[in-house]
Amino acid sequence: MDQKAQDKPRMPDEVGVPDPFQFMHPVMKKNYGNWAWHDRPRPGVLHHVAKSGDEIWTVRAGTQRQMDVFTIRKLCDIADEFAEGHVRFTTRSNIEFMVSEFAKVPALISKLQEEGFPVGGTGNSVSMISHTQGWLHCDIPGTDASGVVKSLMDMLHEEFIHEEMPNRVRITTSCCQINCGGQGDIAINVQYTKPPKINHDLVANVCERPAVVARCPVAAIRPALVNGKPSLEVDERKCVCCGACYPPCPPMQINGKESTKIAIWVGGKHSNARSKPTFHKLAVANLPNNPPHWPEVREVVRKIVATYKEDAKDWERLGEWIERIGWNRFFEMTGLAFTKHHLDTWTGARHTMNHSAHIHF
Amino acid sequence: MKDGDPTNGKHPTPMLDPLEDGPWPSFVKGLKRLRDEGSEGNRKMMNDLLGQLNHSYQEQLGFWKGGTVSVFGYGGGIIPRFSEVADKFPESKEFHTLRVMPPAGYHYTTDVLRKLCDIWERHGSGLIAFHGQSGDIMFQGCTTENTQKAFDELNELGFDLGGAGPALRTAMSCVGHARCEQSCYDEVRAHRTIINTLLDEMHRPALPYKFKFKFSGCANDCVNAIHRSDFAVIGTWRDDIKIDQDKVKEHIAEKGRKYTIDTVVSMCPTRAISLNDDDTLEIDNRSCVRCMHCINVMTKALSPGDDKGVSILVGGKRALKIGDLMGTMIIPFMKLETDEDFEKLTELAENMVEFFADNALEHERIGETIDRIGLPAFLEALGIDPDPNMVNHPRTSCFVRTDDFDDEAAKWFERKAHAAGMTVGSDTD
Repeated sequence: MDQKAQDKPRMPDEVGVPDPFQFMHPVMKKNYGNWAWHDRPRPGVLHHVAKSGDEIWTVRAGTQRQMDVFTIRKLCDIADEFAEGHVRFTTRSNIEFMVSEFAKVPALISKLQEEGFPVGGTGNSVSMISHTQGWLHCDIPGTDASGVVKSLMDMLHEEFIHEEMPNRVRITTSCCQINCGGQGDIAINVQYTKPPKINHDLVANVCERPAVVARCPVAAIRPALVNGKPSLEVDERKCVCCGACYPPCPPMQINGKESTKIAIWVGGKHSNARSKPTFHKLAVANLPNNPPHWPEVREVVRKIVATYKEDAKDWERLGEWIERIGWNRFFEMTGLAFTKHHLDTWTGARHTMNHSAHIHF
Repeated sequence: MKDGDPTNGKHPTPMLDPLEDGPWPSFVKGLKRLRDEGSEGNRKMMNDLLGQLNHSYQEQLGFWKGGTVSVFGYGGGIIPRFSEVADKFPESKEFHTLRVMPPAGYHYTTDVLRKLCDIWERHGSGLIAFHGQSGDIMFQGCTTENTQKAFDELNELGFDLGGAGPALRTAMSCVGHARCEQSCYDEVRAHRTIINTLLDEMHRPALPYKFKFKFSGCANDCVNAIHRSDFAVIGTWRDDIKIDQDKVKEHIAEKGRKYTIDTVVSMCPTRAISLNDDDTLEIDNRSCVRCMHCINVMTKALSPGDDKGVSILVGGKRALKIGDLMGTMIIPFMKLETDEDFEKLTELAENMVEFFADNALEHERIGETIDRIGLPAFLEALGIDPDPNMVNHPRTSCFVRTDDFDDEAAKWFERKAHAAGMTVGSDTD
């Protein structure tokens, strides 16, 4: 091979989505598409029975999602010694160990607990919080993600390892208003409170100005000449402080130590079970962004979870519970304030109003 | 260990140290272990990464900026991160992420996980997220120089980069057929067929904005497809729910009659279930909307029917720019069993992405395109007939021109006649 050929870069093998059958537990592979029923012998354990009569037990454990190789190898050691060498992850970053004999379950659970991995997250529990990157890796974060989640899961640990909630509780966090964490029964999201602070010296060089103007949902941004330089200006009476201009134009800093706040939203639901999927709704805004434990956020979440646990009927999701008892009682029972900011003003807002004589007292 | 001893060169991390305590697994402990016990490359990078993260906790600001980093042959899949405080924390000045597509359904052997760890220990920071909100395995923390090396080894192991930027994105599918009796189609096959067919759109970003597929085996929608994807494939069935009446009786004997009425009968969203006097269940299957609730409660007694298939909802997305949108029902039912069925699904996916590429404005998601042009125009462009299952109710606004209403009504009756196996006048024209 001549020198030129050796220097030629390796071109990718465009393999696409890997075939999971090469990694799947043999009982799952054998009974693929032929399962009959399941039950949950205890929190954190699923028992599935195939039409062939084969059975598989799944032990689910919480992880920190952002894992160092030592933690991953420890989970692998546990899977090799106490399970059968196959694992999978859930969409909420829990790890699952599958075994084909119930006899292996107790030792597996003990080992996971001993190594600090909480066993749970099944059925009507509070599962792991789905989250984003935050200060660890995002280029536009208003807060951290892993830290908020760690702090909240420490508090909610007992609800993860038990199944004592009325129905499952899905919590999400998002470190900006783009809301990569998604919808949740409870969503803990950054809420900006001030318009962007613009560094006019940088805008012309860093930002594609027409694209930034187009990005604003309320048409509050317009081109302007500032100190003789082409820049952008924001009509602060129109600005809704959403931060949409910040990713395409970093000199429009939306974050501030005091002005970046946290809002908590409730009643989002992905599943179609009973009621149709719903978006989460504002419960409270303006909570401080207070690392490393975010105590004010933690307290509100604790109160909402406890009130739901106490008052909801079995199988009611958080939003369905509120639908039954009414928002009046939700705010009363949780001790949160209902303000003019809870009244939607966005497109289609009138559809969120009560057009009836139905009232909750 | 609490840090900050100036003699050992470790950055103090007073804001992060409290997150080492508590019952939940600690990511801070993991970061510190990489700093203290990782490979030489991991140690240096993680010391400065911890320093920068602590700095973020103190200042309550992020200090990463984007840029352009890619591997040979691809235009996307790497999330570049350059530190804005590299003067203080030089070893983590480049901290890029490789988004790597996981096996459909997130199945792994310990063997392959160990190999992934070994690669990342050699070329990256030693920190891996299983998984990101995009559905990818996120290999977090790589220098620009090592990005190609890491990718080459991952690629040789059979893994490929996922999506980033204005492109087809990494998809997600639930555990489905592999372990769940509620699954109504082969999620792995649908997921791999669609993504691998459209792979070029992932590796060479050229769409107006992102486009996401998600695959859930039933209406419980465990991968949140309706909210979070442009193209949601949800399993369903159109014949009757299967009832094992003996198991129904067992359930009632165990849980009680009142409890069963309260949690099953009364919670049916369309009042389609009643409990007979002999403790058997009766289901009005024409009124059932396949919501999955009763099946979730009575996992042994009830199960989806045999005539299974999928529904497709299009246009889910998060807040930017016009506000959150859920997917809209576009295909209420299609079979997904034979090769032809899968070809039909793939063709629909290809047409949808092509329509999106040709018609969406820059930075517009397909749900926003539908909002902008209206559902009728969207359906017409894709050759899909309107169906009552697409709406909560027919329009309430009279602002519409209806002078071709009779022609449209004739099409409806023609389709109905065809569905019933009859021929109509226009068939022979």
